[in-house]
Amino acid sequence: MNVRRLVLFVPLVVVVGLGAFLYQRLDDDPYARDSALLSRPFPEFSLSTLSDPQSRLDASLLKGQVSLVNVWGEWCPTCKHEMPQLLDLASRGVHMVGVDYKDTRAKGRQFLEEFGNPFSVNLFDPDGTLGFDLGVYGAPETFLVDAEGVIRYHHTGYIRPEDVRDVILPTLERIAEPATNAASTPDEEASS
Amino acid sequence: MKSVLRSFAIPLVQALVVLMFLAWLSAGKAQAAIEMHQFDNPVLQKRYDSLTAALRCPKCQNQAIGDSDSPIAGDMRQNVADLLKDGRSDSDIQNFMVARFGEYVLYNPRLDGRTWLLWGGPAVLILLGLLVVTLIVRARRRARVRALDDDEQARLSALLATHRQSIDEQPGDEQPGAGQHTAKERS
Repeated sequence: MNVRRLVLFVPLVVVVGLGAFLYQRLDDDPYARDSALLSRPFPEFSLSTLSDPQSRLDASLLKGQVSLVNVWGEWCPTCKHEMPQLLDLASRGVHMVGVDYKDTRAKGRQFLEEFGNPFSVNLFDPDGTLGFDLGVYGAPETFLVDAEGVIRYHHTGYIRPEDVRDVILPTLERIAEPATNAASTPDEEASS
Repeated sequence: MKSVLRSFAIPLVQALVVLMFLAWLSAGKAQAAIEMHQFDNPVLQKRYDSLTAALRCPKCQNQAIGDSDSPIAGDMRQNVADLLKDGRSDSDIQNFMVARFGEYVLYNPRLDGRTWLLWGGPAVLILLGLLVVTLIVRARRRARVRALDDDEQARLSALLATHRQSIDEQPGDEQPGAGQHTAKERS
């Protein structure tokens, strides 16, 4: 009899459990999802730099050192707000690569003059082809790429100063260390 | 009280109907603004329409790329059209999008380690429900047809015996016992 009564509470327990689970997920940021490119090589590209239309750069640009790739555009207000954080990262010696996404050269250059240029090189991607291959659906988006040219971290949207301190700098440190140690092993495997 | 409620409720319902009508009108306008690729080949057109309806826009919360005017949805539609003209299969095109934007873009997620519960859950729930119903029906049926055991048989005989006795003792009487009982309760 008692057991039978207890069985009647099973639906209640299920509903409360489900409610708690769903309630807890209610605060999740719907844009916070892992990039499909994590642990994948940075996509191939062939683009000119923002400063020189005659130049041609490809994905080998990202080999040999850890890089931060930031996708930005003059039309993107959040990109202006995160410039101080990017300048801070540049002043710490991080190799910064910009992707000027769906922009015009004139506006892109003007943006850098006005808000500062933390990037050692800016790729000019007017049609958003590299952005598309990166799975970028807005700006700003930021990728950390290890010395092998593999994407190790992805950040969507605004980078807050605390994101630099708590996430980006530690991640840069983490991917810099194994990369220097393991740099020789994959090459040896590939050649054998 | 009721009339107050009514005087509020009727204008509220009217306002809602008007709002829904306006929303329907503006939805029609928004759809008209989306640029869809037009194919000469009706088969390609059909595949394009179904692909753009089944791929989810990564920027928008819950819109297919064929239903969204965000720039990335436009880029994705363009890529779908180009790949179709290239002769790629539907699953090639889905793989192409998933490789860039993740499983998120598939409105019909694939069956894998993370989604087996999603696909299998309903079937498991139906089986579980059938099992419970079967158990309940069986238990009831067994309870219904089970013969009385000796104790129950004895109790039944005793009850029937006292019942017959009471009928025999007061033939045609208007059950004074029962009448007294209700009268007491009322007082």
